[in-house]
Amino acid sequence: MATAAPQTRKIVIEPVTRVEGHGKVTILLDEERKVRQARLHIVEFRGFERFVQGRPFWEAPVLVQRLCGICPVSHHLAAAKAMDWIVGGERLTPTAEKMRRLMHYGQTLQSHALHFFHLVSPDLLFGFDADPVERNVVGVARKFPDLAVQGVMLRKYGQEIIKATAGKKIHGTGAIPGGGNKNLSIAERDGFLKDIEQMLEWSRGALKIAADYTAEHLADLADFGSFVSNHLGLVREDGAMDLYHGNLRAVDAEGKAIFDQVDYRKYLEYIEEEVKPWSYMKFPFIRSLGPDRGWYRVGPLARVNICDAIDTPEAEKARAAFMELGGGKPVQVTMAYHWARMIEMLHATEKIRDLLNDPDLQGEDLVVTGERRPVGIGLIEAPRGTLFHHYEVNDRDQIVRCNLIVSTTNNNTPMNRAVEKVARDHLEGVEVTEGLLNRIEVAIRAYDPCLSCATHAMGRMPLVVEVVDAEGQRVGRGAKGVSLSAEA
Amino acid sequence: MSKTFTLTIDNTAVKAEPGWTILQAADAAGVYIPRLCGHKDLVPHGSCRVCTVLVNGRPQSACTTPATPGMVVDTATDELKEHRKRLIEMLFVEGNHFCMFCERSGGCELQALGYRFGMLSPRYPYQFPVREVDASHPDVMVDRNRCILCGRCVRASRDLDGRSAFQFVGRGPEKRIAFNAADGLGGTDIEAADRAVEVCPVGAILRKREGYRVPIGQRPYDRDPIGSDIEAKAAAAAGAGEED
Repeated sequence: MATAAPQTRKIVIEPVTRVEGHGKVTILLDEERKVRQARLHIVEFRGFERFVQGRPFWEAPVLVQRLCGICPVSHHLAAAKAMDWIVGGERLTPTAEKMRRLMHYGQTLQSHALHFFHLVSPDLLFGFDADPVERNVVGVARKFPDLAVQGVMLRKYGQEIIKATAGKKIHGTGAIPGGGNKNLSIAERDGFLKDIEQMLEWSRGALKIAADYTAEHLADLADFGSFVSNHLGLVREDGAMDLYHGNLRAVDAEGKAIFDQVDYRKYLEYIEEEVKPWSYMKFPFIRSLGPDRGWYRVGPLARVNICDAIDTPEAEKARAAFMELGGGKPVQVTMAYHWARMIEMLHATEKIRDLLNDPDLQGEDLVVTGERRPVGIGLIEAPRGTLFHHYEVNDRDQIVRCNLIVSTTNNNTPMNRAVEKVARDHLEGVEVTEGLLNRIEVAIRAYDPCLSCATHAMGRMPLVVEVVDAEGQRVGRGAKGVSLSAEA
Repeated sequence: MSKTFTLTIDNTAVKAEPGWTILQAADAAGVYIPRLCGHKDLVPHGSCRVCTVLVNGRPQSACTTPATPGMVVDTATDELKEHRKRLIEMLFVEGNHFCMFCERSGGCELQALGYRFGMLSPRYPYQFPVREVDASHPDVMVDRNRCILCGRCVRASRDLDGRSAFQFVGRGPEKRIAFNAADGLGGTDIEAADRAVEVCPVGAILRKREGYRVPIGQRPYDRDPIGSDIEAKAAAAAGAGEED
């Protein structure tokens, strides 16, 4: 704990901004008024783990995906994968597995496109210190209209893939325990094939923007919000990237395996969650290293760092170029998340092309069941990182326990570290300047956290930053996208 | 048939046979009168009042009122339509109806009526009652959160399945569906194939492990609103008439 006395610390939760995704940061100073610690407070509280109790297990994939409107497919599929174990249907038919994969790649495409074009490109195209009036998606549409259209069309394509596989663009029902409820018609397939080359072209273009940007600004970016960390994610049995299914691998800063090819149903033997009193979000860490050294990053940066290869040619080529940045070790540059994310977007688009040409998608065999089991655990690489779903089901088919570790939770400590690094480098005195606010926001955004999805969209993530001295007194304060008078 | 007679429904002369209710006469004529407790294979119950029509100017439930010669019936005045919409809204707020994850979504008659009546949100406060789920039967479960007390299961189990597995207990706000066994649904002799399970208009009685098998787009009310099958008869008859 830092020196701020709990009894004098004032915690403000503003209900209106809370539901829309509200970032609150406290910067704690030491006696010499140097940054001692920064805390990103997550005040959203969801409660799904509790209210899914008592519900029939087959309802979980449809119910739990309501956690989110941006990447519900991840929760839908992670829950369905867990339920596959419950019904003994984990060996899916080729049609069912490929339909789920298509759904997942469609979602990766749309989510990464949304984040890059809509949320991040204003920072990259206009610079961190540009006027917020211009530094938003409307500004991008005005100055770079072609790029804005590409973002919209890439996202639309991904959303249409989701609709064709899940039944709806948001909150569909395509995956059911032991399989799926539909295949892909020839007409649907041909509709997608018609535009796939264009999507590949635009994905390549976005990758180039992210790669060139990182290369050009490397001197500034290398240290920006950066720190050395472990990385964790799923990899295929041959070590290749697999966003839908695989075994757990964690690597340290040197790139050495902390553990590898761990059956993810044993995740509790390897990962533990720590609770801190100032955030509703837990802090996961690798058991063998403990909470201080065992925290890790997930998401695009981690996935590209940990995999041995990518099984689509263009993304693999991009991965090789990316890894040069680390000089044989994992890349630790926080802002390189954007580059890694675009490598994954190209990979997802290549995967969609390959799947569309696979006749298994027109198969009729959709569901398998076998031996009934009481526990189901499903992991998936969601756009924002590794997502854990864990359920226990009684002999009446009701869920009795549920544990979810969502992607953003895995990145909790890293986001705090990124904010702390920015605060150390950019806080002058106790004044929370516009430049500091912008930089904190940019660092948090690299992780594409889910907490800010709603209002973040227009470049106005409500963010309050407070500076607290060693006696626990607030000595500086700044905010954007939220009124401080309403807050206090 | 020689005893066929004529009555007027919505300013149109329609034919009916002795013993028919107004609802049956309207169905035969292709006039859809919304209903929830009524079901074509069950004896009328007259409890939900959604099928209320004006019979010679007086409100009556179409499912229980016999059709008679010369009767003048109005099924869809503005007042009646408003009355039905209010009834549906009250049913929505009285239980815990979460369409967004309910496996009967797209096949639920209550939801389908909400859509048909253009219900955007209920004007009454949600009651959020505490209701129980009974999952003790191996193949069937009852989620009382979604029960609208239409009694279809009570009648179907008794009259079609010959079991009487379901019955109402309690009165007023305490009224609920109970089972003919001390230890809950699992103690009854019902089976997943029973008509009592099939006739539930909402997601209260469910066959286990079958949810979401029908993809979105192919569920009963995904394409056409509830009642379209009945109205199609009138449209077909009108089409045939034009060709003559």
